Amino acid sequence: MISPMKSIYNIALLVCTAVLVSSCHDTSKPNYQYMPNMYESAGYETYSESKAFKNGKEGQLPVEGTINRGYEVYEYPNTTAGLEAARASLQSPLDPASIDMDKAKELYDVYCGICHGTAGDGKGKLVTQGKFLGVPSYKDRPITIGSVFHVETYGLNSMGSYANQLNTHERWMVAAYVMKLKSE
Amino acid sequence: MKKVGNHHSISRICVFSLAILLTFSLTSIAQNPAPAPASTTAPAADAAAPAAGGDAAKGKELFNTNCAACHKLDAKSTGPALRGVASRRDKAWLYKWIHNSSELIKSGDATAVKLFAENNNAVMTAFPQLSEADIDNILAYTSEPKAEPAKVLPAAGASAGAESNGEGVSNNLILFALAVVMLMLVVMLVLVNRVLTKIAKANGVEVSTKEASMPIWKAFARNQFLVLVASIFLLLASGYYVYGYLMQIGVDQDYEPIQPIHYSHRIHAGSNGIDCKYCHSAARVSKNAGIPSLNICMNCHKNISEVSDTTATPDHSKAFYDGEIKKLYAAVGWDQSTQKYTGKTQPVKWVRIHNLPDYVYFNHSQHVTVAGVECQTCHGPVQTYEVMKQFAPLTMGWCINCHRETDVKMEGNEYYTKIHEELSKKYGVDKLTAAQMGGLECGKCHY
Repeated sequence: MISPMKSIYNIALLVCTAVLVSSCHDTSKPNYQYMPNMYESAGYETYSESKAFKNGKEGQLPVEGTINRGYEVYEYPNTTAGLEAARASLQSPLDPASIDMDKAKELYDVYCGICHGTAGDGKGKLVTQGKFLGVPSYKDRPITIGSVFHVETYGLNSMGSYANQLNTHERWMVAAYVMKLKSE
Repeated sequence: MKKVGNHHSISRICVFSLAILLTFSLTSIAQNPAPAPASTTAPAADAAAPAAGGDAAKGKELFNTNCAACHKLDAKSTGPALRGVASRRDKAWLYKWIHNSSELIKSGDATAVKLFAENNNAVMTAFPQLSEADIDNILAYTSEPKAEPAKVLPAAGASAGAESNGEGVSNNLILFALAVVMLMLVVMLVLVNRVLTKIAKANGVEVSTKEASMPIWKAFARNQFLVLVASIFLLLASGYYVYGYLMQIGVDQDYEPIQPIHYSHRIHAGSNGIDCKYCHSAARVSKNAGIPSLNICMNCHKNISEVSDTTATPDHSKAFYDGEIKKLYAAVGWDQSTQKYTGKTQPVKWVRIHNLPDYVYFNHSQHVTVAGVECQTCHGPVQTYEVMKQFAPLTMGWCINCHRETDVKMEGNEYYTKIHEELSKKYGVDKLTAAQMGGLECGKCHY
């Protein structure tokens, strides 16, 4: 017969080994690699640090005075006067008939709907949860397609610029969709 | 008949129950929060006289839909803090300002001009649609005294803060307590055993002594068959474990590094329901999913400088989350008091989690936009992760498996209609898998 003492010793030993074995696995550190130089080549990884540039970053802004491919100049300045000028005179370069409204809706729902609501009523999920307040309904504001594009590009008050997430073409598509929501 | 030690001896039972009591009570007490003092403060909103007339409840609604985008009650935002504005300014002046502030500034009103300059020359939207009664309601709301936080909150917040700061410490404490209890248990058992032996001796009972027999390992070593079987078993078992260990080298599944800013996907993608592509917008159009630049954070956090009370969890207090937002402000150089960027920025050194070796080509836009694969298919239920980790093993076997099983999205892709038709005919199937489209060819991903 095994005395109770002995069985307790055994159980304690088992628990200790289990704890030891499981504690060896540290998920906050990357695992070992076979031949790491095959994983990390000499070329720079996206977003990596690099001594090649003065600010130590691989990601660089375009050289001053240059524009990237497909860039379209937007000439209205980021001022109140610019907004009013865009509201009054800026027109969409897109042919209204050729705009893929499904795609525009998809973009709107991802980037705008979270605050402005998928119906454009200013009741997005962040607003109904009380985290971001004061989002107006499109119907209550004197917006035109030009002013919508202007605000998407530069932001206004608490709203930030979306020029980073949406390119010029996509911003015009979303602006058209916003006007459609306003008219509904 | 032999007299044996009483198994149900009172002293033994006492010692055992004490041990059990200690084992459970220590830990359970450690987990209990300090008893909360009874909440004594009642919001005294009604007691304080609101500004003459005006319905504060209606005012709150109007404030939240019209004003809250730029004004907070107690903190400067795009515009100034509005609590108690009715006592600072003349009512007639406020009507004029709210109906059309630009006109008032143009008319040369000294207060208006000064206010405009103080707030970075930001033009306030004109609200001609708000009637004077509406404005009275809003003013009633802004005149409400600040609801004092219930006295329970600071205590709970403090304890939660301590917990989150010293999470490791408290865990270690519990472990230490457990170890002490274990040790006590062992010591007690030895003591009990000794006492029982003594009693037995005193009563003249013979404590059975062990007969010297052949140790079991000797007997085992003499049996050659057993030794052979055991060594084969050992070899196989160690082979299995060594193989398992070697196969997981280079696989970073569950890799969960500590990031410089504690960003919770659970809050953003989970409870707020923000689409993955809102922040990782590059995944739509580029090879790389992109680490969101901090200006995307500031799209919302310019306005949201602290988390709501409902966001805090037992693991992470509100103070902890607010501190993380402060880290963001420091990195982008946002001065909360003046609501301006200082220009002093500091890159955030995020730790990369998903990293394919450089000899593999993987393109996000191809999978996200063209194939329409959900982000969660490869990245797991990210909307539930408080701390981001790698969900999939990202091994070649894992890629291939998915290519074999996944049907290609053929609808709405006119460019490929013909080749889809031909391939379907060739394989005699309605639905093509990625593998049948050539998704298993080496050169597709390795070149």
